[in-house]
Amino acid sequence: MGLAKRIIPCLDVENGRVVKGVQFVDIRDAGDPVEVARRYNEAGADEITFLDITASHEGRDTTVHTVERMASEVFIPLTVGGGIRKVEDIRTMLNAGADKVSINTAAVFNPEFVQEAADRFGSQCIVVAIDAKKVSKPGEQDRWEIFTHGGRKPTGLDAVEWALKMENLGAGEILLTSMDQDGVKNGYDLGVTRAISESVSIPVIASGGAGNLDHLVDGIKEGKADAVLAASIFHFGQYSIPEAKKYMSDRGIEMRV
Amino acid sequence: MKTVAVIDYGMGNLHSVSKALEHVADANTRVMVTSDPEQILTADKAVLPGVGAIRDCMAEILRHGIDEVVREVVATRPLLGICVGMQVLLDHSEENGGVECLGLLSGDVKFFGKELRDSEGARLKVPHMGWSPVSQVEPSHPLWQGVDDNARFYFVHSYYAHVASEAMVVGRSEYGLGFDVALGHENIFAVQFHPEKSAANGLQLLENYLKWKP
Repeated sequence: MGLAKRIIPCLDVENGRVVKGVQFVDIRDAGDPVEVARRYNEAGADEITFLDITASHEGRDTTVHTVERMASEVFIPLTVGGGIRKVEDIRTMLNAGADKVSINTAAVFNPEFVQEAADRFGSQCIVVAIDAKKVSKPGEQDRWEIFTHGGRKPTGLDAVEWALKMENLGAGEILLTSMDQDGVKNGYDLGVTRAISESVSIPVIASGGAGNLDHLVDGIKEGKADAVLAASIFHFGQYSIPEAKKYMSDRGIEMRV
Repeated sequence: MKTVAVIDYGMGNLHSVSKALEHVADANTRVMVTSDPEQILTADKAVLPGVGAIRDCMAEILRHGIDEVVREVVATRPLLGICVGMQVLLDHSEENGGVECLGLLSGDVKFFGKELRDSEGARLKVPHMGWSPVSQVEPSHPLWQGVDDNARFYFVHSYYAHVASEAMVVGRSEYGLGFDVALGHENIFAVQFHPEKSAANGLQLLENYLKWKP
């Protein structure tokens, strides 16, 4: 037995409520992120990622309060992403009980922020989120670029080179979302997942596109990811965490069961 | 009323540790987070957490006079070290070009290396991040009560402990190489993993610590 691959359910939270809710049986409040996180913890999730999509400034206080409540009741690692732009934002989330923060767009415009964050708080709590999209044409050598604004704005930055740069600046983990696939449920983009996972020496989380349990298996086996992140397949009751773990374990992947 | 002091020297995941302890503490146990040496020494037990680079942790420990407090604690009552809070109890760490530690347990902290591989030759990522099984070298130790042998705990670290005496090793794990993940010596219990983040197994270990009478 060795290190287990991880399953990470992701909650999109706006103003302290889970966006679109979660369809569990017997859940009291499917919109309460703390209740949802507790249920995932009981089901055997290996970590929780909390993505804050609150736009307003005032809403941030609600977010901090939610993270505090979650960290008081859920004793597995908790990553908070969304709106992390300054060292102060990181401090606030870590003090509230987050174990890691995920830095996204801010890093694209100010990569030194990643270095500052890692120096200040340690690489173990700095996750860099990368949104990548395939830009090579059919027949060309595969190439993926970093995109911002939900996949609308290209940056001209090569995704694999960027991941290496983030590692060198002190990132402790990469959260890789393939934009072509996100929400489409055709599975993770295994090409970019593998290209990045084999290039960097830090763990890579595959995200974006998981629609069934084979996709999770492929993310690990073909994409060489260390963890798989998924939202809707778990939220809407299509699969449970134990079911996913058993499926992956039956296919030779080491899981915490 | 019993008290447990979570030692705050500016480098720990104090919220997680204190909340997890509160979660398992009985009605007669109070958990306090404090950097005040006097207050720490009024507590019945102490917990020394720690995350980040060991150079910074040691610098803050010395700046707050926590080194003397920790020595006093382990001479008189139980101490639980977690992650870097375990590593600082040893003699020396390779991290940050070499850092002298507290020397309360004889041993060293070493780097996993950039070319770590598993038994089949596959490259292993560093940090070692996630859930690994812990084999109980001494299954009868009170802190393993109710925890299965090879139960998984949550780790995140790039450096590991190697102690001088086998007698101190209470738990081991493997990641490319075997290393010491739970140490027990007199009043000290120390773990590389994060019990406060290890779901039911971690909470059980913390509950056992609160009940422990070394």
